Amino acid sequence: MPEPKQPEKLIDDKGIRIDGRRLDQLRPIKLEVGILDKADGSAYIEQGKNKILVGVYGPREAHPKHIALPDRAVLRCRYRMAPFSVDERKNPAPSRREMELSKVIRESLESVVLTDLYPRTTIDVFIEVLQSDGGSRCAGITAASLALADAGIPMRELVAACAVGKIQGHMALDLSDAEDKYGEADLPVAWVPNANLVTLLQMDGILTPNEFEKGLTMALDACKTIHGMQQEALKKKYLVIKEVAEEREETEVVA
Amino acid sequence: MMVIVAEPKQVVAPGELLAEGDHVLGDNSFKVGTRIFSACIGIFEVDGTRVTVVPLKGGYFPRVGDLVGGRIVDVGLSGWTVDIRAPYEAMLPASETPGPRGPRRRDLSESFDVGDMVLSQVLAFDRTRDPLLTVKGPGLGKISNGRAVEISAAKIPRLIGRKGSMISMLKRETGCQITVGQNGVVMVWGKSPENERVAVEAIYMVEREAHTRGLTDRIREMIAKSNVVGEVARTQTA
Repeated sequence: MPEPKQPEKLIDDKGIRIDGRRLDQLRPIKLEVGILDKADGSAYIEQGKNKILVGVYGPREAHPKHIALPDRAVLRCRYRMAPFSVDERKNPAPSRREMELSKVIRESLESVVLTDLYPRTTIDVFIEVLQSDGGSRCAGITAASLALADAGIPMRELVAACAVGKIQGHMALDLSDAEDKYGEADLPVAWVPNANLVTLLQMDGILTPNEFEKGLTMALDACKTIHGMQQEALKKKYLVIKEVAEEREETEVVA
Repeated sequence: MMVIVAEPKQVVAPGELLAEGDHVLGDNSFKVGTRIFSACIGIFEVDGTRVTVVPLKGGYFPRVGDLVGGRIVDVGLSGWTVDIRAPYEAMLPASETPGPRGPRRRDLSESFDVGDMVLSQVLAFDRTRDPLLTVKGPGLGKISNGRAVEISAAKIPRLIGRKGSMISMLKRETGCQITVGQNGVVMVWGKSPENERVAVEAIYMVEREAHTRGLTDRIREMIAKSNVVGEVARTQTA
């Protein structure tokens, strides 16, 4: 399959992007929690055409033993793209890019997980990108922090992440694949709301200081929105069981 | 000043603001300045000035004195390695089994072999050492009959209930003897396989619906519908 062709314009005359969004609009996001039975915690995210599955295991015994730390848990993280996740088959061997993303995602999650409660153990996070559409590291962080929470691992709070970028001279929120490829800059941001910490900040391309500041504000606003959706998705799992169980009781009383 | 921000008895997410002021910090809560946050997904509970989050998910973390059900995974020269569903390998030394002291020639696998279930107690554990178990004590040791149910350790407090209300109801209504391991291993001995089946089903129901209201009543009803003869009925027929 050939590479998607470069669109003539990333933004039309009315300021609408190729997928019909405004510059400050997120792609539709769907979040689900606890969909894997065998994992201790799991989450699934769809953000635009991104489809990412995250499984969390632990805290569990550290293997090989020498990686264990005496005072806290080791957080291990693997970001991986399925061979079928992109237009042209991706070589399944871990690439330089995947290793880098695994590292930055791990570092962005490490700042919220209370690892000192579980010395000499590991917590493993597996992020599997099933379909990729730009901004998958951010979607991966969003889903991974949900999966950690679903595993019942104590953490300060959920991490929300979102990218901004520059296309045709304008700052735009949550770049899609084409916008990322043919745009001028990309700026992924992960944010921890209560502590007001930025735990991931990368950039490629060139931005002026003003553009950077505008972009960061847009990204943080988007993270706030995503954070709300994360909390809702996490609680939904239990509220659904609660509703079903308590409703069943009511009908029984009537009967 | 002390203010409760979140609504008690409701599900809270990690990082959710629970309260502000000089509350006593319970489990799964932490303080930043004067603000108290939740550290996990759970039910928010207020008890006087103490704020706690009762977790809805999570593994077992050993505590000294806990009763735990485990499986033998290895037999060594001086003891056994036991899987107690914790992030650490537990050791059961031969010296902590009942019987005569002193050096023994016999093979340890004669007492417990790989795959055996043992009910034991955590003798020692801290952050620097793996848990040490003992089977000296009433009711402890190898389990060779009954049924073992494994549920999430986070749901054990609910299975026991306030002052043991849930577990005593289960025992009474199903006519089964039930031993609850703090690590989520629950042993059930019934007078018939049917009684055991109902008890196991009820235990799974507690795990699934631990955070709902009126659970004890719903479970009592479920057991009543299954026509299993519990303790009360047995004394009547006897």
